[in-house]
Parts: sequence; C-alpha cells; structure tokens
Amino acid sequence: MAASPDPSARPGDGGSASAEPILVVDDIYKQFETQDGVLVAVDHVSFDVKPGEFLSVIGPSGCGKSTLFNIMGGLLDGYGGRVSVAGETVRGPHASIGMIFQEESTFPWRSVIDNVAFPLEIAGMPKAERLEKARHFVDLVGLDGFERRYPSELSGGMRQRVSMARTLASEPKILLMDEPFAALDEQTRLLLGDKVLQIQQDLKQTTLLITHNLTEAVQLSDRILVMTYRPGKTKRIVAIDLPRPRTSEIVGSDAFGHYVAQIWNDLREEASRGMRDDESRRGGARRA
Amino acid sequence: MISRTLFRQQIVPIVFGIVCLAALIALIEFLIWIGVINRFIVPYPSEIIGSFKRIIVEEDVLDRFLLTAGEALAASLMLTVVGISLGVLLHRMHLLRLATETWIAAVASAPLVLMYPLFLVIYGRSALTIIMIGFVAALPPVILKTLEGLSGTRKVLIDVGRSFNLTPSQLYWKILFPAALPNIFVGVRLGMIFALINIVGVEFLINFGGLGQLVNELAERYDLPGTYAAICFVILVSVVFFIVTERAERWLRPV
Ligand SMILES: Nc1ncnc2c1ncn2[C@@H]1O[C@H](COP(=O)(O)OP(=O)(O)OP(=O)(O)O)[C@@H](O)[C@H]1O
Ligand SMILES: [Mg+2]
Repeated sequence: MAASPDPSARPGDGGSASAEPILVVDDIYKQFETQDGVLVAVDHVSFDVKPGEFLSVIGPSGCGKSTLFNIMGGLLDGYGGRVSVAGETVRGPHASIGMIFQEESTFPWRSVIDNVAFPLEIAGMPKAERLEKARHFVDLVGLDGFERRYPSELSGGMRQRVSMARTLASEPKILLMDEPFAALDEQTRLLLGDKVLQIQQDLKQTTLLITHNLTEAVQLSDRILVMTYRPGKTKRIVAIDLPRPRTSEIVGSDAFGHYVAQIWNDLREEASRGMRDDESRRGGARRA
Repeated sequence: MISRTLFRQQIVPIVFGIVCLAALIALIEFLIWIGVINRFIVPYPSEIIGSFKRIIVEEDVLDRFLLTAGEALAASLMLTVVGISLGVLLHRMHLLRLATETWIAAVASAPLVLMYPLFLVIYGRSALTIIMIGFVAALPPVILKTLEGLSGTRKVLIDVGRSFNLTPSQLYWKILFPAALPNIFVGVRLGMIFALINIVGVEFLINFGGLGQLVNELAERYDLPGTYAAICFVILVSVVFFIVTERAERWLRPV
C-alpha cells in the first residue's frame, strides 16, 4: 500500500534514478552444517542496489543478516547464487566495498588515530597525509581529543565509532554496515546516523545498512528489505517515499508513522514466529 | 602530579620488593639461628652475602656470568627466530599442526638435558653443545605459544583485514602478529627460562664453561655459601633477560 509504484524513484537524488544497479544480490542461498543438522541461514534472497541508494535490511535476530553481509563482502564462500559489483562477480573481498562489522573490531594494539589510518596505510599513503585524513574522520565520529588513546581506554560505543571511522576513511564506493549503531545510546545513534547520511549523500555512496531498529531504517533508507525468520527469505521490499532531508518534522509525520507501522506488522509476525521456534526447540531439547 | 604517579607506579613497587626480599632473608637467617633450618644444608644468608667478594675475586664469577649469559643469549636468539617460524609454519599448515602439536607438547615435558651425551658426540665438549641443548629443550613453548597466539586472533580482526584487501603477508604482519604478540612473548620468556635451566644444568653435568661449572666445583668443595652465591648469579642472568624482553615487548606493542 505505501510502497511506491516505482521502487527505484529516489526523492532527494534525481541523478541515479534510472542507473544500472551497482550491487546485485542474485538468488543467494547459504546453509550451515550444525550438530542439529542442516540450518538454512539465507534462503534464495535477491535484490539490487542502485548507485547512491541507501538500502536497509531489517529482520529478527538470527534470520541470516550477518551471513548475507559476509557473503556480500566476499568473506564467506560455499553459497549458492551470485553477488556482483558493477557487473563483476564477487569472488572475494572487493576493492570498492567497505564493511563495518557488528562485532567489536578495533585493533587493540593501535591508537585511535592509527586504527583509523589503517586502510590508508595499507593503500601506501604517506604518513603525514594519512594522519591528516584520519584526523578528519576521527573528528567526524566525534572522537577528537581521543586520537592518542588505545581502544582499551574507550567505551564500547566509542570503539564502535572508531571502527566506523576506519571504514569511512577508506572511502568505499559501497558501504556495508552490520548493525553499526547497536552499541550506541539513542542520542549518539541519531547524531551518528545523521553524519553517516551526510557522508553518504556527499560522496554519493551506495549504502547497505543492516539493523533491527525500525525507526532508524525508515529514517535513513530509500528502500527497506524485510527478511523472514529462519530460513531467511525476502518478506517484502518497501520503498520509503519521504522527502530528504528527513527532518524531525518528517519523522513526526503520519506518513512516517505509517511506514513504521507497516514494517512493524511484518516484523512482529516474524519475530514471534522466531520466538515460538526457539521455545519449541528448547522444549524439544528438554524432552530429548 | 606526574612525578607522583611515577612514584606510585614505579618507585613504590621496587622499594616494596626490596623490603620483602630483605625481610625474607632476615627470616631465613633467624630460622637458621634458632635451629629450625639446618645450617649445614642452608648456610646463613649473611655468609652467602659475605662470600660474594670471594667468588668474584677468586672464581672469575663475572667472566663465567658473561659466558653463561652469552650462551643463553645465543640460544634465545635462535629460539626466537626458529620457534616463531615453526609456529607460523604450523599455523599455516593445518595438517602438520594436527599431526605434530601433541608431540611438541610432549617434548616440552621431556628431560632433554639427559640427552647430553648425544649432543657431546655431535658438537664436542664445547659451548656449542650447551647452546644447542638449551635451544632444543626450549623450543616447544615458543612454538606452542606462537601457534596459540596466531590461532587465537579474533576472526573479526582477520575479516577486517580481508575486507581491506590485505595480501596474505600484510595480514600476517599487520594483524596476526600484533594480535599474537603477547602470547609470543610469553612463549619466548618461557623458552628463555627453559634454556637457562638447561644451559646451567649441562654446564654442571659436563663440567664445562660458566656458572653451572662453578656451582658444581663449589658444591664439590662443600663451599655452601659460595654455591648459593653462584646460584644468585644464575638468577641475575634470568632477571636481566626478563627485563630485556619486557622492554622489547613494550616497544613492539605499547598496550
Ligand atoms: N558459522 C556458522 N556455523 C553454523 N551456523 C551459523 C554460522 N553462522 C551463522 N550461523 C547460524 O545462521 C543463522 C543466521 O545467523 P546470522 O549471524 O546471519 O544472524 P543475524 O540475522 O545476523 O542475527 P543478529 O541480528 O542477532 O545479528 C543463525 O541461526 C546462526 O546460528
Ligand atoms: Mg548479525
């Protein structure tokens, strides 16, 4: 109902509306062998992302989002289907993809600034230049003054921001983020979400955000992919037809609430299915 | 402010350590004096301290100290290079690891020092024999700890490296090594201790070279204070090595 007739229509960005997709996920299937047998983590998921588009993937815990993320990043193989970037099949980590991981991933032996400068160092940028650039991204995530500190001296949320800055510093064409804001408080989450959006719009960065925060997804995205609980399938793709920038006025609007309600409906079904599933599994284990 | 934290964090522990040591020495002195400890087995600490001058002047203890320390240094350098390389090799070759890891752990607890006749045959009655025994006996902890450190690297850190398109050698130098460094240093320190024990033990057994030989001679002369004083120099070697590795670790990995 709220889905726009043309899902590729992008409010706020006219240029790339008709462009070829830069990232294509085609019929991805991935299963894991576990002690309890075969577990289908991702079940024939397909979608594509246009240049400069902001797509969110939302779904209950354990539905296969991180698995999909790792497949798109070229870190996981042994799957069915195909991922391609600008027409080129992904067979390993791809130069134009940057990833922000769900888990804490700072290098504990490097200071904040050296963590952020890491991809620049790998790219062979001279020291002065890369420190300068890294400092810019440290400021961007609000960690100025902490450049010389080590991750062990930071809070969990601050560390997550360090790893975000590190990936942003590499200025990838396509940015994949796996619940990057999960460890943050609400205010930081909003501020940082704004920052990321700003960068994304400035650099015309193609962004894929994995989240289970509904408001966040609706506020940031052009489209939202809702996944089902195990096996992880596409339940629905919803285009968010709201103007940008998404000011507090828009976030408070009826249309916004409408989207949230619609997606929540889908999600609730899946989440409760997931919980029932877990309960019966526990019950089964007790009986066994 | 700064000098105060320095005082708290560096001076106080050192002073406390010295005070504890002095108290322990005084306690032993007292226990011997009241007859709880047999003075013909453990000499008075004051006698041991008194005999330092004698063993320095008459027994060339400084030269022997340098010889034993030199042997230990040579063994440690070989240990570090070969042990870490073998650790890396086992980490890269999974089959080799599965096939040999238990064996290496078993070798770690074998009293290799008792194989000294074999080494004598190969290397002759020389410092080289001593170095080689120290080296071989101390290899297992370095290999095992290197392996443990490398394979204990959190997967997500490796994934970060891969996502930035690191080459395999960059992945080793920029991520696996720094991540494994604390473990590797534990292994190297353990290895040095193993090496020193074996070096002094072989010197003692084959009556050749540095401090071990001195301990042997003094014990045979039933010069107990001198024997204990010589043992203090063995401890000094290990303290020096410990401090050096600690410095090296802090230099390589500040946190
Ligand atoms: N290496 C693995 N071996 C076996 N099973 C796995 C493996 N990785 C993931 N799984 C399983 O696949 C399913 C999906 O996991 P995944 O991490 O992709 O979920 P997710 O959607 O990211 O969840 P969350 O929101 O909690 O992060 C889970 O049931 C998990 O147990
Ligand atoms: Mg996940």
